[in-house]
Amino acid sequence: MQQNEQGFETEYKLMDQFIDTYVIPGAIMIAQSLLLLVAVLVSTAILIYAERKIWAAVHMRRGPNVVGPWGVMQPFADFLKFLLKEPVIPASASKIVFVIGPLVSVTLALAAWAVIPVNQNWVVADVNIGILYIFAVSSLGVYGVIMAGWASNSKYAFLAALRSAAQMVSYEVSIGFVIITVLLCVGSLNLTEIVLSQRDGAGTMLGLSPSFLDWHWLALFPMFVIFFISALAETNRAPFDLPEAESELVAGYTVEYSSSLFLLQFLTELVAVLAMSAITVVLFLGGWLPPLQIAPFTWVPGVVWFLAKLWSVVFMFSMVKAIVPRYRYDQLMRLGWKVFLPISLFMVFATALVLQLTGWAA
Amino acid sequence: MILTALFFYLFATVTIGAAFMVITARNPVHAVLFLILAFVNSAGLFMLAGAEFLALLLIVVYVGAVAVLFLFVVMMLDVDFAELRAGFLDYLPVGGVIGLIVLAELLIVLGSWVVAPGAIGDPVQPIPDMDKVSNIRALGDLLYTRYVFFFQIAGMVLLVAMIGAIVLTLHHKDKARRQNIGAQIARNPASAIEVVKDVKPGQGL
Repeated sequence: MQQNEQGFETEYKLMDQFIDTYVIPGAIMIAQSLLLLVAVLVSTAILIYAERKIWAAVHMRRGPNVVGPWGVMQPFADFLKFLLKEPVIPASASKIVFVIGPLVSVTLALAAWAVIPVNQNWVVADVNIGILYIFAVSSLGVYGVIMAGWASNSKYAFLAALRSAAQMVSYEVSIGFVIITVLLCVGSLNLTEIVLSQRDGAGTMLGLSPSFLDWHWLALFPMFVIFFISALAETNRAPFDLPEAESELVAGYTVEYSSSLFLLQFLTELVAVLAMSAITVVLFLGGWLPPLQIAPFTWVPGVVWFLAKLWSVVFMFSMVKAIVPRYRYDQLMRLGWKVFLPISLFMVFATALVLQLTGWAA
Repeated sequence: MILTALFFYLFATVTIGAAFMVITARNPVHAVLFLILAFVNSAGLFMLAGAEFLALLLIVVYVGAVAVLFLFVVMMLDVDFAELRAGFLDYLPVGGVIGLIVLAELLIVLGSWVVAPGAIGDPVQPIPDMDKVSNIRALGDLLYTRYVFFFQIAGMVLLVAMIGAIVLTLHHKDKARRQNIGAQIARNPASAIEVVKDVKPGQGL
C-alpha cells in the first residue's frame, strides 16, 4: 500500500516535471508564434491596400475604391477570390515540386520573423545568432523561386527562376558585408543587443543626449543605402523585379500559378518586404528606441516606435516601385558585383580599422 | 533530453533518406533538391550538437550559394540519366569497395575513441568550455588569432585557383563591341536626339 502510494507520487512528480519543462513553455511559444503570425498577416493585408493607394496617388489615379469604404476591404476581396478559384496545375509540370515551391517560399518568409524583436523582450526566439539565422533563411528563399520556375515547365517561368537565382546570390554578398560592418560595431549577433547598442553612438560621442543620431544609419550611412537597395533586389522588388518582369516574362515564375498557390507566392513577396523592412529598422534605425530620450517620446510604448519606423521603410519600398523604372539585367549585375561589392568590402575593412585604432571595438 | 533525442533521430533519418534519394532519384533536379534536404538536415544535427554557428554557415554557404549554382547547372544541362545509369552494375563493385573503405576508416576512428578515449582528441567536447566562450568567439580565436597565417595561406590558395579559372576561360575578342558605361550615362537629349525633318506642329509629315 505504502509502496504503491510512493510509486504513484513519483509518477505524479515526473508528470509535473514533464508539464513544467515541455508542455507549458511549448504552449507559450505556440501562442506567441500564432500572435506574431496573425500580426504579420494582418500587416500584409494593410500593405496590399496601402501600396496600391500609394502607387495610385503617385500616378494621380484613385486606386482601389469600390469594396468597402475607401476600398479598404479590397485585400480581403482579393483573398477570397484567390481561395475560391479553381487551382490549375499544368499537365506537364513536375507536380510535387510545383506545389512544394510556394510552400517553401512562404514558410521561409514567415520563419525570418521568429527572431525579430519588436520591443524589449518581445521576441519569439531570442537566440544568440539571430542575424545569422535571418541571413540563412533569406538565402534559402531563392529555392522557392527556383523550384516554382523549374517545376512550371514553361520558358517564361524558367527564365525568371534563372534570373532570380543569379540576382539573389549576387546581392546576398553585399548584404552579408553590410551585416558584418554592423556586427563589428555591435560585437554581438543577437538582434536585441544590436538594438540596445544603438542607445549610444555618433550623437553621444559629440556630447548630445541620446537621440536618433546615435542609430547606425548615421555612422554607417553608405551601408544603410547599400542595404536598402540590396534589400530591394533580395525581395525581387522594383526596380529589380526582373524575375517577374510583366512586360517581358508575362509574370515570371508565377505565370503558371493560380488560386491559393498564387496567393502563397503573392504573400511571400509581401511578407519578405515586411521582414526586410523590419531588419532595416533593427540594424540601422534603432528598433524600438524612441527618436529622443525625453519625456513625451519615452511615454510611447516601444512597439509603436518600431511599427512607425517599419511602415516608414515600407513606404520607401512602395515609393521606389512607383518612381524608379526597371533595371536592365546587365545593369543589375554590374551594380551588384562592380559597385556594391567593392564598396561594402572596403567599408568592412575601413570600419574594422577605425574601430581598432580608436579602441571603440566592443 | 528526450526531445533532443527525438530531434536527432528525425534529422538523422531524413538525412540518410534524402542522401539515398540523391543517388536513386530518376530526375537530376530532384536529386539536387534531395541533396539540399540532406544539407539542411545535417545543419539541424550540427545545431543539436551545440555548433549553431557551423549549422547556419552550412546553410548560408552550401545551401544558399553552392547548391544554388549546382541546381542552376543541372537545370541547364540536358543530362540523359538513363544513359548514365546504364553502366551502374559495372561500376557497382568499385563504388562498393570505396564505400566499404570509408566506412571501415570511420569505424576505426570511432572505435579507437571508445576503446581509448585519450588516444585522439575528444571530438564531442569543444576545446574551450561552451558555457564560457560562445561558438563564434571560439572559432574566431582559432581562425583569426592562433592560426591566422594558415588562414591567410588558404586564402592565397583560393585566390590562385580563382585567377587560374579566369585565365583558362578568358578569351579576348578584338571584334566584339564592348559596352562603354560612361558614354551611355553621359548621353543627353541634345546629343542623342536629332531632328530629321523640320515639322510644324499639327501638320503631320
